[in-house]
Amino acid sequence: MAKTTIPEEEFAFPGSTGCPGCGANLVMRYLLKGLGERTIVSIPACCWAVMPGYWPSNCLKVPILYTAFEATGAAISGLRAALDVKGIEDVTVVGFAGDGGTVDIGLQAMSGAAERRTDAIYVMYDNEAYMNTGIQRSGSTPWGAWTTTTPVGNTHDYKHESKKDIMTIMQAHRIPYAATVSPAFPEDFIKKVEKAKKIKGFRFLHALSPCPPGWRTNPKLTIEVARLAVDTRIFPLYEMEQGRVHITRKGKGLPIIDYLKVQGRFQHLTEPEISSMQKAVDDSWIMLLLKESSGT
Amino acid sequence: MRMVMTGNYASAYGAKLARAEVIAAYPITPQTSIVEKLAEFVSTGELKAKFIPVESEHSAMAACIAAQTAGARTYTATSSHGLTLMHEVLIWASGARLPIVMTNVSRAMAPPWSVWVDHMDSVAQRDTGWLQFYCQSNQEVLDTIIMAYKICESGGVMLPAMIIEDAFILSHTSEPVDVPEQEVVDSFLPAYSPELKIEVGKAMGFGSLVKPDQYMEFRYKAMLGMKEAHDRILRVEQEFKHIFAREHGGLLERYRCEDAEAVLVAAGSVAATAKDVVDALRDKGMKVGLARMRTFRPFPQEEIRAIASKVDGMAVLDRSYTFGAAGAMFTEVKASAYSGQKRPIVKNYIAGLGGRDITPKILERIFEDILVFTKRGEESDVEWVDVAGLPRKWR
Amino acid sequence: MSKSYEELPLTPISDTPSTVNLTGLWRVMRPVVDKSKCKKCMMCWKYCPDAVIVLVDGVPVIDLKYCKGCGICAEECPSKCIVMVREGGE
Repeated sequence: MAKTTIPEEEFAFPGSTGCPGCGANLVMRYLLKGLGERTIVSIPACCWAVMPGYWPSNCLKVPILYTAFEATGAAISGLRAALDVKGIEDVTVVGFAGDGGTVDIGLQAMSGAAERRTDAIYVMYDNEAYMNTGIQRSGSTPWGAWTTTTPVGNTHDYKHESKKDIMTIMQAHRIPYAATVSPAFPEDFIKKVEKAKKIKGFRFLHALSPCPPGWRTNPKLTIEVARLAVDTRIFPLYEMEQGRVHITRKGKGLPIIDYLKVQGRFQHLTEPEISSMQKAVDDSWIMLLLKESSGT
Repeated sequence: MRMVMTGNYASAYGAKLARAEVIAAYPITPQTSIVEKLAEFVSTGELKAKFIPVESEHSAMAACIAAQTAGARTYTATSSHGLTLMHEVLIWASGARLPIVMTNVSRAMAPPWSVWVDHMDSVAQRDTGWLQFYCQSNQEVLDTIIMAYKICESGGVMLPAMIIEDAFILSHTSEPVDVPEQEVVDSFLPAYSPELKIEVGKAMGFGSLVKPDQYMEFRYKAMLGMKEAHDRILRVEQEFKHIFAREHGGLLERYRCEDAEAVLVAAGSVAATAKDVVDALRDKGMKVGLARMRTFRPFPQEEIRAIASKVDGMAVLDRSYTFGAAGAMFTEVKASAYSGQKRPIVKNYIAGLGGRDITPKILERIFEDILVFTKRGEESDVEWVDVAGLPRKWR
Repeated sequence: MSKSYEELPLTPISDTPSTVNLTGLWRVMRPVVDKSKCKKCMMCWKYCPDAVIVLVDGVPVIDLKYCKGCGICAEECPSKCIVMVREGGE
């Protein structure tokens, strides 16, 4: 038998109550494969607070601290302080929060934790809306998307604001390591996790987390969508070490329409709107290339 | 060692002697010198703790919750808007059965902005499941912090506690305080060692989702914890007295209530002033007494009922207004008194809000008023004391 | 059946593996593997969100007690040896 390209050991039991085809399930699975058993995960209100199942069911093989919605940054600070004062070493503290719990309500606490150089890994699994509460828009919902609070309807009222650029926000915090990951590229994902694990200080991972009910995709296409996001460059794969950009996968450069057409949440967009979206994606990609080549 | 210090420093020394291990705090007037002093203790190494200068009070409590769940003894301090900002996570801390100890420097809520003493911030947290100790002296602040850890960490209680200092009156006023030796405190208060905590490699989830068929049983257990706190407070205080030769009156400190015709119930520093007024009035032959509400949670129901069964008139001074039918402390005192065989007349005085001074003269007038309505046999429910524009003069 | 308050821990602590949740009952479509076509590339194992695929001699064995029938394994298989069939009759 050929050797597996990612670590074999599983740190999750079957029986999680995530939807069929849930991207977040994969994000956690790959994260823990990279971090191993000596990990403590702090989870705020989000899909993952529910996925381990009703009490007393737990689908993870590592300890979990469930917290209030906005508190992830503070919780990981408290966890690390307790471990330090007790002299417990060689433990990875992880904050595992959704996009809403990070860029909106959780931004303050995360920013504080990053500024204090808290020794922890913060993973934002980005399903691009408040999915646990039923697909309401968040600051991380992309331009053009349907959500229940940007419902399109007769007024063509999709989300008109751009997606908050959390990676640039983290760059401004001058943390030692940040990276984007996609479940379609598990080797790249886990390599970044393993790299982050070895670094001390505040590390940030932005994980794309396709959501079939929220994105209106067929569950079987979760990996395909996560792959197209990278190949159309709307979600490029890169790292920032001490703020320096390094692209880890250039992607094929496919037109954005390939990504949009498999998702029901973008079906209402007109050709001019798709063109403007293509331009925005192209501009962002050029900016990223410039960041990489200029060494900033 | 006998020192002269402010209430805030008494809090800091209390937390230091209790060997708090993780301190997460955010500055707010008039709590700031507590946290500054503790930061100093940590930076000199006098206190072996991790100090997290968090970016908000909500995060302060969230960080304490996380650290406590991981097995560390935690402490924080706040006031007014900081306390109310924490409201969500205060409820979390008690539901999670974490014996966190916190000082709240009780200060008025805005608007209008005010930095002065008022109990609205503390009283508004009476529903959160925290034990509440209203202190009358800086000595009591230091002693109660040490006692609170012992009370709360016992298996039957496992609830958080707030120790309340009156803003400026205690927090910034210096009084003589006996600071015990560390070794003696260590003999009284052992290290924190909970049965269940986050441990690397142990797959446990803390704070999970519970269906309607089981939620009530968890709340019932929390209620039992608060109930157990009543006896535990008395026992721990006796142990404290045995070692440190000091006590502070249990849940309800009674001053000259045994043969009183009328008793005033009050909390905080005003109760200390009221005791002097009781002495002065007793010299004049008036049979009055003072019952200091030391703990508002657990509510001293038995103790209130014991007084109610013997007096003809009671009054409750609320240093807060919470927009209910009447003041919060009054409402609970009256409800407790109601179920006895003998029902005294009970009246509510709302006084001292936003730092308005409650002078000995005002207290004298209040006691006189209590005796009047007791004799008359009727009360006018709620009276606001010393409000400009109202006909009655109190000064 | 509610547990008595005396049997409960102080706070709800989850320490039972989630294998009590038989998520296979959710399924509408079921994956069927044609082992003869399997090239042992392990893509299916790698991409399964619920980790219900184990590799036996490199060939996928899917735990139908938990498989939710999302279809990712069938979609990603390069040899197209996994087919999704409807539950409760072909």
